[in-house]
Amino acid sequence: MDIKGANLIKSVRLEGLRVLGQPNEFALDYYKQGIDEIIYMDCVASLYGRNSLTSLVSAAIENIFVPLTVGGGIRSIEDVYELLRSGADKVAVNTAVVNDPKLITQIVNKFGSQCLVLSIDAKFTGQGGWEVLTESGRERTGLDVLDWAIKGVELGVGEILLTSVDREGTRKGFDLDLIRLISNAVSVPVIASGGLDTAKDFVSVIKETNVDAVAIADAFHYRRLCVNDIRDEAKSEGIRVRHYDSK
Amino acid sequence: MIQSSVSIIDYGIGNIMSVRRGFEYCGVTVALVSTEDEILSADRLVIPGVGAFRNGMDALLGLGFVDAILEKAHSGTPILGICLGMQLLFSQSSEFGKTKGLGLISGDVVEVPKHSRDGFNLKIPNIGWRNLQSDENGRSWKGTLLEDISPTDEMYFVHSFTAVCDDLHNKIAVSEFGGFNLTAVVQSRNIYGCQFHPEKSGDAGLRLLNGFIKTT
Repeated sequence: MDIKGANLIKSVRLEGLRVLGQPNEFALDYYKQGIDEIIYMDCVASLYGRNSLTSLVSAAIENIFVPLTVGGGIRSIEDVYELLRSGADKVAVNTAVVNDPKLITQIVNKFGSQCLVLSIDAKFTGQGGWEVLTESGRERTGLDVLDWAIKGVELGVGEILLTSVDREGTRKGFDLDLIRLISNAVSVPVIASGGLDTAKDFVSVIKETNVDAVAIADAFHYRRLCVNDIRDEAKSEGIRVRHYDSK
Repeated sequence: MIQSSVSIIDYGIGNIMSVRRGFEYCGVTVALVSTEDEILSADRLVIPGVGAFRNGMDALLGLGFVDAILEKAHSGTPILGICLGMQLLFSQSSEFGKTKGLGLISGDVVEVPKHSRDGFNLKIPNIGWRNLQSDENGRSWKGTLLEDISPTDEMYFVHSFTAVCDDLHNKIAVSEFGGFNLTAVVQSRNIYGCQFHPEKSGDAGLRLLNGFIKTT
């Protein structure tokens, strides 16, 4: 769930933001459908500050009992502490740790690997590689995505959220080459993000890469699919998903 | 209607707000406690926690909570450890060198296996939803905090270390990881622990929290 101010928004290739509504109304609906985890990303955090996100998280945990990962604008140990204290289970970091990789180790030493997700926005360079973007896709870094993922794991991140900027919001399916490359190279779980159109895309990214989880935004937010559509398709293809009895 | 209360130990580690909310949802009065006296007057104690064993133990020692927890444990107060809180109940951990734990359940906390039983590399931490199974000794869940849990219910795990019980009877549920059965729920008299996060495991997790209230 990409957040801007108090709103849930959706972009295409991290651009052209469209306002969709109240984030926690969507979140509660997903929880009731049996979603496994919810990721909140404040995509303009550096411009507006993060107060709206901490209050969103505090409100969410009132009736949502699945893990919450929260990211956007985290710059320091204090920011992490404040988010965990308001009810986040994990934090996702990108820009601040690209600028200062030591922050990864500092967060991990203080709170543990299990609470730190490295969020990587990957843009295809046209020369067979992918470049890390920061500031919600606004800044180039010159960093190679594979090198950065390996370095992040060495420094202690517990998980990687890998977003294909080229596919994000496009409904063109996952970037299987990117996801295969990274999920084969690291020893921590990788979450694939960006491009899911139909439940078949879920099946192909699970079957054709070594990825561990899939993040879905556009298809759920615009109600093209519900969680059970994914679960049913996965089961029919022999993919193990969480057993869930909808009440 | 259950008239009872739960005290969650606030030692600066772990997502205590979600644990609090989970118990509130079950209809009990919840207190966050951060002094020795508050710990000593609790009806039930919950030790939450995530992260490294040594940090957790250092925090409990630094705040002077260890003696109070042990006194409550020995006087029969129900105690539930969650995730790192469960691991802290054990004798010791090998995370970053040997660290002594609370010693309420006999056993060691060790790294989760890096390779599956059939030799594949496993992704660590173990993150995700797994169902619970009875252990080989087949101890019944009836009368325990698991009495309303079915073997198809899945719980949310996130951990890199796992507890190994010296006394197999303390292990009341396991979960499968790479072909190995990892300790998921432990009990020794009034001492309980779960490796996963019931407060993050949807309806099934809430039933477990309710089971802890109901059976203690």
